[in-house]
Amino acid sequence: MSDQGPVSSAARAPLLQAIGITKLYGTFLANDGVSIDLYPGEIHALLGENGAGKSTLVKTMYGLIQPSAGELRWLGEKIELSGPSDARARGIAMVFQHFSLFDNLTVAENVALGLDGKESFAAMSARLAQVSRDYGLPLDPKRVVWRLSVGERQRIEIVRALMQNPKLLILDEPTAVLTPQEADQLFTVLERLKGEGRALLYISHKLDEVKRLCDTATILRGGKKVATCNPRAETAASMARMMVGAEIGEVRATTARATTVPRLLIRDLSMAPDDPHGTYLRNISLEVFGGEILGIAGVAGNGQDEFFSALSGERIAPYEDNVIIDGHAAGNLSVTQRRKLGAAFVPEERLGHGTAPRMKLSENALLTGHAASHMVKHGFVDRPATLKAVDTTTRTFDVRKAKRDPEAASLSGGNLQKFIVGREILREPGVLVVSQPTWGVDAGAAAVIRQALIDLSSRGSAVLVISQDLDELAEISDRIAVMFHGTLSEPIAAANATREKLGLLMGGASPETATVEEVSHAAGA
Amino acid sequence: MQLVLEKRAERSTFIALASPVLAIALTLVTMSIFFLLLGKNPVTALYVYFIEPLTDSYTLMEIAVKASPLVMIAIGLSLCYLANVWNIGAEGQFLIGAVTGSWLAVVTNGTGAGPWVLPAMLVMGALGGALWAMIPALCKTRFGANEILTSLMLVYVADLILDYLVRGPWRDPKGMNFPTTASFDPVATVPVIMDGGRLHAGVIITLALVVVVAVMLGRSIKGFEIRVVGAAPRAARFAGFSSEKLVVFTFAVSGALAGLAGIIEVAGPVGVLQPGISPGYGFTAIIVAFLGRLNPIGILVAGLFLALTFIGGEGAQISMKVPLDLTKVFQGMLLFYVLACDSLILYRIRLVTAKPKAA
Repeated sequence: MSDQGPVSSAARAPLLQAIGITKLYGTFLANDGVSIDLYPGEIHALLGENGAGKSTLVKTMYGLIQPSAGELRWLGEKIELSGPSDARARGIAMVFQHFSLFDNLTVAENVALGLDGKESFAAMSARLAQVSRDYGLPLDPKRVVWRLSVGERQRIEIVRALMQNPKLLILDEPTAVLTPQEADQLFTVLERLKGEGRALLYISHKLDEVKRLCDTATILRGGKKVATCNPRAETAASMARMMVGAEIGEVRATTARATTVPRLLIRDLSMAPDDPHGTYLRNISLEVFGGEILGIAGVAGNGQDEFFSALSGERIAPYEDNVIIDGHAAGNLSVTQRRKLGAAFVPEERLGHGTAPRMKLSENALLTGHAASHMVKHGFVDRPATLKAVDTTTRTFDVRKAKRDPEAASLSGGNLQKFIVGREILREPGVLVVSQPTWGVDAGAAAVIRQALIDLSSRGSAVLVISQDLDELAEISDRIAVMFHGTLSEPIAAANATREKLGLLMGGASPETATVEEVSHAAGA
Repeated sequence: MQLVLEKRAERSTFIALASPVLAIALTLVTMSIFFLLLGKNPVTALYVYFIEPLTDSYTLMEIAVKASPLVMIAIGLSLCYLANVWNIGAEGQFLIGAVTGSWLAVVTNGTGAGPWVLPAMLVMGALGGALWAMIPALCKTRFGANEILTSLMLVYVADLILDYLVRGPWRDPKGMNFPTTASFDPVATVPVIMDGGRLHAGVIITLALVVVVAVMLGRSIKGFEIRVVGAAPRAARFAGFSSEKLVVFTFAVSGALAGLAGIIEVAGPVGVLQPGISPGYGFTAIIVAFLGRLNPIGILVAGLFLALTFIGGEGAQISMKVPLDLTKVFQGMLLFYVLACDSLILYRIRLVTAKPKAA
């Protein structure tokens, strides 16, 4: 990895300049006089907590919103973007964190909708296949999007952006759903794009990644620019400090955890998926002991969703002893019955799965709390009790919101996630199954959530964490197993779980053959 | 310049309440245009439709009599619609309720049976409506059949069953060959509760049901379940609520309420079982449900308003010689406007001046 590409050192004229961008929503200042210069051949990181104004800034650059004050300059010339298509016409492309894909259309159809060109559909499909192959982001143009995993969907977004041959590419948290090898591949792609003289604006929460990849970093806090710095000259801690304006509490591992009896037992679970293109679960066996956190790594779409719904009871297992919760055969029990046994679940999707987006937080507390939290008396809802649950969660997990009981959808991602995780943890579950606990959550909130999981396990609960973030798993897990094509590897102690070893298992290698020499080989698979 | 719909951060409670008012206003404007085109004075016509019925105690009672079945059916339907279950066949459930309830009145006719007959008829009516509603419900949960189509088609089946019975086995032998049963005995008749009109005890049942369903929806876990399944099906499954069981439940309740409304109508204001016992109550109730925000109290108000259009429409037919079908046109228009205005609950309209593309 070279420090500065040859192009960027030669051409020091900025490609895009944002000067004094200010955006007012009513009386709320989303951006307050933010200036940023993006150079060709340079990867520029944009850092900040949720709500710091990153999205507003990049949406301005992509023509999605008009700034209240300030201007954009493209190659030194003042421009006004009338919309995203105007931005694309100039060579600005963007990959969003939240995918803008039509589930019922194919990959090629989705890409066609995002392009303004006039080439024929067949030619476009061929070019799509070509670009995806060239950049090592394999995609079948004919597959329907709803059947793809989150990781594959993101690939579409990236390829779609690359097909526009952009001069400036904006990426919003692109590695959140990738394996280390996939992320490495993406970094190779990004390095290559940089070498081709393109400018890249890279939004991420992963500070190590930013240090490794980016040439410059601009940090926002509360809508204002705090600093522009060289991430390689900073430490992750110093950048985190600038982001939150205070020290982030380090997640501390608990010492001397008593590992007692398995509180969650999965025995030879095999299950066909609901959807013909879903993943078969094959002979999964696992023991999660009280007092430990067991991490499940794996690339998105390898059966994690199916596994989660088999554990939660959203889908019933074939045999009752497939799932055993605290000694009770629970394979045939409903979600509610499993909750009554002391289990709690946090699904991957915050909106629409973990919460009903258009319902109030108190009602969302009731969503999982009706089973076993004394919120229902004689068939009637105890409203004060649900509000109290909201207040307690808010206090304990520092959930920031505009009023006491807002709709779930009005909370920022990090705050809603704190609410959802907090809602379950405050019930003191004996078994907690969490999927993607900190996906798309800012550093501060992620630290709070991880600490809460560790604290819960140290109080004797069994915690199962399904995550694609290996750093997260390394940070909090005692043991890590890897899910691949619906099978689960033997768990390995976190201390022995190197990125290479896990990466190979995530690529389908068996543990015996998972040696370092094969890294490059498997990464290409 | 262009109009864009912009998503709101939170649903607007103000618009949710203002939408039906706006829809009524728009309907009145459109009605005025229609009257002008028909060569009538719109002011007089609107007076006949909406004010005149309120000036007379008999028509006031008639409004309550008409509103009663509308409200009773609509609160049942509101449970379905809140849960994203589309029961369009309340008209059929109404008719079948009238038939199953009337069966008892027919077989006990002239036998001097005791006062148990009427309560038993009401139960039979509710049961009949619920069972009739089970057909689309089970077709949906078992075979995935679209309940909109099946429930709607069953309306016509119900209509023909009623027709067959009153022309065939249940026809009054002394009825001069008219397709009607014999007049119900007093023990099989819903009592009138106020002199000088047809205001009957069924109105009290309707009011009680409004309260019961309001409490059920707002306070009970079942009401919460209905709302979650409708608003976020995946979250509902995660909460442990079965959408299939809820399809059966909401169809059963709405069918029972429609059936109950049917037997009360027959045993009350009509007094015999005959074709044409419903001026489309089951369909108009759909409008009532939406105009009333799928909320029992709102439905009570909306039911009274639509009853007013029925009574006013009859008045207009007599005094202004406008066709009765015009009332149905206006009712349909009202639903159209309500649904259109409802999009403003989640979206706001903004006028955007397109900026010229910078060169």
